[in-house]
Amino acid sequence: MMAQMVLRRLGIGFIMLIVVSIIVFIGTSILPGDVAQIILGQSATPETLAALRAQLGTDQPLYIQYLSWLGNMMTGDLGISKAGGATIASLIGGRLGNTMMMAGIVSAIAIPLSVALGLWAAMHPGTWLDRIITFCTLSLISVPEFFIATILVLVLAVELHWLPSTAYLSGDETFWQLMKSLAMPLITLVIVVSAQMIRMTRAGILNVMSSPYIEMAILKGVPRRRIILRHAFFNAIGPIVNVIALNLAYLVSGVVIVETIFAYPGLAKLMIDGVQTRDLPLVQACAMIFSGTYVALILVADVASILSNPRLRQPK
Amino acid sequence: MTENTAKTEHKANEEEVIAKLDAFAELPDAPPKRRLKLSWVGKIAVGIVVFWMAVVVIGPYIAPFHEMDMDGDDSFLDAHSNEYGTFYLGTDYLGRDTLSRIAFGARNTIGISVIATLLAYCIGITLGIAAAVKGGWTDMIISRINDSILSLPAIMLGLIAIAALGSSVPILISIAAIIYATSVFRIARALGQDIMVQDFVEAAQARGEGLWWIIKSEVLPNAAMPLATDFGLRLVFVVLFISSLSFLGLGIQPPASDWGSMVRENLQGLVYGSYAAIWPAIAIATFTIAINLIVDDISAKSGGNLAKKMV
Repeated sequence: MMAQMVLRRLGIGFIMLIVVSIIVFIGTSILPGDVAQIILGQSATPETLAALRAQLGTDQPLYIQYLSWLGNMMTGDLGISKAGGATIASLIGGRLGNTMMMAGIVSAIAIPLSVALGLWAAMHPGTWLDRIITFCTLSLISVPEFFIATILVLVLAVELHWLPSTAYLSGDETFWQLMKSLAMPLITLVIVVSAQMIRMTRAGILNVMSSPYIEMAILKGVPRRRIILRHAFFNAIGPIVNVIALNLAYLVSGVVIVETIFAYPGLAKLMIDGVQTRDLPLVQACAMIFSGTYVALILVADVASILSNPRLRQPK
Repeated sequence: MTENTAKTEHKANEEEVIAKLDAFAELPDAPPKRRLKLSWVGKIAVGIVVFWMAVVVIGPYIAPFHEMDMDGDDSFLDAHSNEYGTFYLGTDYLGRDTLSRIAFGARNTIGISVIATLLAYCIGITLGIAAAVKGGWTDMIISRINDSILSLPAIMLGLIAIAALGSSVPILISIAAIIYATSVFRIARALGQDIMVQDFVEAAQARGEGLWWIIKSEVLPNAAMPLATDFGLRLVFVVLFISSLSFLGLGIQPPASDWGSMVRENLQGLVYGSYAAIWPAIAIATFTIAINLIVDDISAKSGGNLAKKMV
């Protein structure tokens, strides 16, 4: 029963990936006009046009183009960047590592922090500190990521001179220098992601707290602290894991803004540059990586909530 | 009987009637009281939103300078006056008045977002109600297309579309409208399905009302309130989406002023101690926080937090 459900969910995830690739491909292929015509411009003759179309593959019907594009992408051939002519795989290689490192550190800090704060707020609902946490996190999720980043630059870099305002990596920093130049983007992302997670953790626990078995525990006189840590928390783990995976998926959009604002040499910065120069093969490749990660994380969230629900785990 | 006693008697009667009505209001199936009481935080938030809406309408007429006038003494100055007038919030990277640009930018940032959200609502509600009422294949096809758009992060869809089509105001509005119509669709469909199985709809069907009459008189009025609460949340998402794209240099193009692009343009000024990037950022933050506080207040009071569950 459970394996069936997980497998079913994995199958849906796979179909989602295919659909995403179709959206990415069609989205970047709806350019009006003939690419060969645009490249050749005035010097186009019918023969050179036909030759270039054959070379680019644009004389094929759209679904053939899609299938060959998908096939190339599967085998790791991401194509050649229009700007500069380097292979996209080489452009992405180093950048992907930088973005993964950032995402990894952010998760390592943000997840324990948010679960702890969310739990704490749920343990003391209605107190002043809970209200402050609720108000601050609501404010933080309502403002754009670049607002938080701008304020941080103003306070930490300009006024206090503690940290550099950009996160440019030269590649041969010591660990301490690396941490220092990464600090600003890290703090920004941790704030953005944690605000969301704290709210959802708090809501998740309070939701469990309203169930009958908790009422039973309250009535038989179990202290509130023990109720939350022993009774509520374990039943809230499923929703919390769900929340964590969803928020790591939100990292995808946060990272786009943060890498741009701090000039961090990551994958998102590469993609924005690609969009600005309209380097479509590069945009396609980056979009596939980001969207694939997003779909995968949503999938993890769904599987986690299936696994954590005993009713789905036990066959009837 | 004097006139006076008649009046008191009449008044007493009136009170009795009101008391009776109040007793009806206690009944479980009484219509909910639609009297909206906001907390003081909510009232301040309403004030802020009304203020920005007023700026959208009259901002360009009361701004001391035109958004493109480079009248300041130099770029990135603090508040100062010269022969052209006073620059209350200083100047930006081209020596333009920051305050005037915020007043003009409200029209772009908020105006475009409101249009995009309204459009998203038109698309989302039409398709959502259609899917709920029709069911079957129509529902299946629209829902699957909707799910596939929802499976991508909004900013990725925006980037892909802008890479392919370039950036212009109509394109920005259409992208935002399509992306956020997907969430409106889900809510409208869920609400529509809930309402379609209610007894009063069955009664209407039984007495032979047409499909359009049922949608117009039963489904839409009952779906209106939750959808209205959700409008605020959706507007915040659209404002954040459009100003993020503008911040990346892919949204509203210069020299038109827009809060997101103003932050981007003036970011370098931060190093020289200029607040030109901070003011527009604060403008966005006050607007979006205020809307969220109102929505929070309303859903906390009415208890109908369907909109929140759907996010």
